[in-house]
This record gives sequence, C-alpha cells and structure tokens, in this order.
Amino acid sequence: MKAKIDRTYEGSFHIVGGDFSRAGEASTELKSILLNVGIDEDTVRRVAIATFEAEMNIMIYATAGILRYTISPDEIRVVAEDMGPGIEDIELAMQEGYSTAPDWVREMGWGAGMGLPNMKKNSDVFRIESVVGEGTTVEMTIRLKDC
Amino acid sequence: MKLKDIAEILSLKPLTPAGGLEREVSGGYVGDLLSDVMANAGEGNIWITLQTHVNIVAVAVFKNLSAVVIVNGRMPDADTIDKAVSENIPLLLTGKSAFETAGKLYQILNAKGLQD
Repeated sequence: MKAKIDRTYEGSFHIVGGDFSRAGEASTELKSILLNVGIDEDTVRRVAIATFEAEMNIMIYATAGILRYTISPDEIRVVAEDMGPGIEDIELAMQEGYSTAPDWVREMGWGAGMGLPNMKKNSDVFRIESVVGEGTTVEMTIRLKDC
Repeated sequence: MKLKDIAEILSLKPLTPAGGLEREVSGGYVGDLLSDVMANAGEGNIWITLQTHVNIVAVAVFKNLSAVVIVNGRMPDADTIDKAVSENIPLLLTGKSAFETAGKLYQILNAKGLQD
C-alpha cells in the first residue's frame, strides 16, 4: 500500500547564508510536514537528511537561497536554489572528501566533503547545475515506496 | 539497554531533564564530522563527539539518536543546551576521551548482546 497522498503539496523556505544558529529549521519543518501528510518514517528520514545537507550548503557558501518542496502521490521533490559562488568543477565537488569550506566551518564539523554525496545517496534522482558567480541548483527526488 | 543505566556506569553528567534518560540505546557512534554522523549513525545510537555547537542537536533529531555525549570535559554553548531541551535530545558530559568513552560503551553494550 502506498502512503495515502491524495493531492500535491507545495511550499518553500528561505535560507539566509551564514545564519548557523537557525541551521536545520527548514529541514525540521519539512520533516514534520511530511510526517503530517502520512509519509513513512524511512522516506521522511532520507528526505530530511538530504534537505538538511542542502540547507547547510546554502548556509555555508551562499548569500541566500530557497528550498522548494513538492509532495505528490508518487514522489517528493526538493529543489535547493542559491545565490552563491557556484561550483567550478561539479565532478570534483561530488567526490567524497573534497570540500572548499573555510577552516571555521570545518572546525564545526561541517565541510568534510560529504554533503553533496549524502544528498545523492539519499535521493533516487539527483541533479545539480551550477554557474560560477551566480549560484547552484540541486534537485532531489525521492520516490514514495510501496509500504 | 536504557540510557539511564549507561549514564550511571559511565558517570555521565546529564545537562537535560532526567525524563530523557529513560530511552533505549541501540548502539553507539563516534564522530566529529556532522555529515559523517548524518550518513552513518544508526537510529537509537549514542553519539560520542567533541562538537559542542547547536547544530549537533539538529543532527541528533534527524537521525533519531538516543543521546549526545560530549567528551574531554568540553561544555556546550547555552544555545545548544536550550535546543537540546526543547527538542528532547539528552545531552551528557564526560571528562573522559572519546576513545575511553566509546571503549566502555562498547563493552557494556557487548555484554548485553547489542553489538556484534
């Protein structure tokens, strides 16, 4: 039986770069929205982790960004779009352990080069586009499983 | 095994209300890289770390961890404690190192048959 999603839900969250004290707020809210509409816990956990990593990347690297979500009967889609420096070499950025994070971010335990790989790992479909000097857009789709 | 019993054996000092110590512990994970914990910690695990800032609470919430144990006598920021209380994540302190804490926790859980 699939989760009973009878319609499409949409929404968005604005993320301000550098505001680490609010890190995780958008992802936490999305997590409770997903649980409220009846998505299974395993799927919610995957979406929450992928979204949290995307939220952190906006906070670490960008001036600002927006997280948009769509919950439909078959899948959950999260799009993270930022106004940031962009990524020069996406292939390199996708490698586990590669990071351009500054030291103060690494001291907090972020910037270990695992964010993008974690997003990909938790998504069924993962797309990333980036323009240097303009920003990065990450699109993550998680299919709703039969439960 | 209950967090309360583990806290007592390891002499961990809780910074959050005693009610949280009733939860069950499934195992443990050690790490200071938040994305590594996000990727690899298991549900119900005790997380042993030296990180003290507020983001550790969010990680613990997302991973449904049973507790965060901060090692080496480090004291978390007031923000972190407030957040842990409001999110109902037990936060405990020890003066011991991560190595010693993890070693003892492993022994305790192993004796209970909770670890491989």
